[in-house]
Amino acid sequence: MSLDSIRQKIEAGQRLSTDDALTLYRSEDLFALAELADAVNVEKNGNKVYFNINRHINPTNVCVYAKSCQFCSFAASMKDDHGYTMSDEQILEAAAGMEAEGAREIHIVGGIHPRLKYDWYRGIISMLHEAHPEVHLKAWTAVEIDHFTRLTGWSTEEVLADMHKAGVGSLPGGGAEIFQEEVREKLCGHKSWTDRWFEVHSAAHKQGMRSNATMLYGHIESLEDRVDHMDRLRTLQDETGGFQAFIPLAYHPENNPLPVDTFTTGMDDLRTLAVARLFLDNFRHVKTYWIMVTEKLSQLGLRFGANDIDGTVVRERITHDAGGTTPEHIRQEELVRLIQKAGRVPVERNTVYEEIKVWH
Amino acid sequence: MALSEAQSRTELSALLDSAAAGERLSREDALRLFREADLLDLGRAADMRRADMHPEGQVTFILDRNINYTNVCNVYCKFCAFYRRPGHEETYVLTREELGQKIQETLDVGGSQILMQGGVHPDLKIDWYEEMLSWIKENYEIHIHAFSPVEIRRIAEFSDLSVKETLIRLRDAGLDSVPGGGAEILSDPVRKKIAPLKDSSDEWLEVMEIAHEIGMRTTATMMFGHVEEDTDIVEHLDRLRELQDRTGGFTAFIPWTFQPENTHLKTNKATSVEYLRVLALSRLYLDNFENLQLSYVTMGAKIGQVAMRFGANDFGSLMLEENVVSQAGAKFLMPREEIERLIRDAGFMPALRNQRYDVLEVLEA
Repeated sequence: MSLDSIRQKIEAGQRLSTDDALTLYRSEDLFALAELADAVNVEKNGNKVYFNINRHINPTNVCVYAKSCQFCSFAASMKDDHGYTMSDEQILEAAAGMEAEGAREIHIVGGIHPRLKYDWYRGIISMLHEAHPEVHLKAWTAVEIDHFTRLTGWSTEEVLADMHKAGVGSLPGGGAEIFQEEVREKLCGHKSWTDRWFEVHSAAHKQGMRSNATMLYGHIESLEDRVDHMDRLRTLQDETGGFQAFIPLAYHPENNPLPVDTFTTGMDDLRTLAVARLFLDNFRHVKTYWIMVTEKLSQLGLRFGANDIDGTVVRERITHDAGGTTPEHIRQEELVRLIQKAGRVPVERNTVYEEIKVWH
Repeated sequence: MALSEAQSRTELSALLDSAAAGERLSREDALRLFREADLLDLGRAADMRRADMHPEGQVTFILDRNINYTNVCNVYCKFCAFYRRPGHEETYVLTREELGQKIQETLDVGGSQILMQGGVHPDLKIDWYEEMLSWIKENYEIHIHAFSPVEIRRIAEFSDLSVKETLIRLRDAGLDSVPGGGAEILSDPVRKKIAPLKDSSDEWLEVMEIAHEIGMRTTATMMFGHVEEDTDIVEHLDRLRELQDRTGGFTAFIPWTFQPENTHLKTNKATSVEYLRVLALSRLYLDNFENLQLSYVTMGAKIGQVAMRFGANDFGSLMLEENVVSQAGAKFLMPREEIERLIRDAGFMPALRNQRYDVLEVLEA
């Protein structure tokens, strides 16, 4: 397939094949890729670019997969000096005052602790929900939900329903890494298999909960693996429509055992956004996560298909433990300025993409 | 409304096509493109122009070292975080031993050049500079790219010499080429605001013209993203183009963005989109400049890489040491393998160059 015939397909509203996605990925013509992705994005979202104001809480970094998840720089074993588990007071402290700052969401993900019981995880949610009833709790990756089924002996549906009752509003997209089974085996041997990730998200969608989808790229995977990853997401999205945003996550090389010591390049970050925008025709939102790719690249990403630039985040640990050098939070005015200088209209959103404020 | 918008788009697109094909842009047209053309359209036109001027598909870089022989300075520019006033406890002037060590380290890693700049130190006269230059040349085989126009002019003043006499004496003592620093924005109202004691635009350009006349090559820079207007940027480019028409002495143009941390100038940093627009416009407007250098030091590795698609054909320097910008908040210094990887990943062939932009070695994969 040439770029021209792909262009014709896009203009005719036809779905792209995995081969088309690979052709786009490999195309030398960066501007053609940008123009196609930009046009499709503007068609779906107009000139609006979304961000939200949130906090991140990582209740523990102690994780049974600390040794097996090769890409992770955040996790610690029980014995490690840098292992931590937050007390209730510390968790409440991490959320304190957030409404006054205009924050509307807490993003909660952490390690799979070998000792802690289900009640501890559930308790975090009910405690935060009680203290901050207006705040949306976006909590637990599919890996954690899977772990909860084993802790409780309940089905995925039962765990999700119980967490929802406790206060979870939606699921973040983490733990997806790369779905292709052989790569996943090398990357994180003992972690829930790809099928479980999809079972959890599918079950959440069927209960009316929304979720996001991520992809960790720039390590040992091939372009084919990335496109395969997106293809599997597109298939579930066809079935449930429950995914809100696709969020490519750029691999960070420091403090982990994976023998890949380079950061992703700017070109790769941009191509990945553009291919995702064009291939994932049933996803409305594509996010450029500035914490990982820098705010400078994210700004340009807004012209390569991204319509969401994440948010102002307080206390980000997972990327920074892996050598991330971006600031840990960004002022709202700065985010607004970046979006406007890219010629777009900033919109503050809540977790489910309702508009809070538009900077006309 | 719709009709005039469509008409305007057609006109812009025609302008971009002709600029991409190498037609000279007028100031008015440049301003219009800068203000109205879409980022991606500007980038594509600049990319085409770059491909025409450099069909070999190489992106060059140099192994060199920045050496700041002193941080004493009495020009007090508001955008600078590096200088210390004469008498300040943190002032320094490098000793021969320190200087020699820095040069040897540069040669040891395969470097071919030092970029040496001050401070404008009021106590140092031409003899001091001559002695330093000839000492370096006697002891080391290295290209000396040194002293921006403001330093040359002050050396002349402090030594009661003309600019031309000063340049000739420096050249004869070993100075090989002159860096384009201190250009800031070549528009006097802007210079008065950000660097009231620095030379005027005419004075900066005059030093460069004389250097070119006596057979030296120089670069030219622009520091933007502070108090300047769009018109000032076009003015800057125009003045450089005009001088280049007459002398042909500029080897490269290097625009970068002002870094506001630790300075007396409070502004928002220029964003990457603004940077890429300026870079692309520079490629289109400066039709008589062969080389356009990107600034990964101020923009970071990611945007630095993308800049190769917005008109730049030179990655700049590996930079063993860099004092001036890093004091103001930028800290990206890059290993050689990383520069090569970024260039290849962007679809170009990395090539090592010297200060004259001669390719020394094409780095086949």
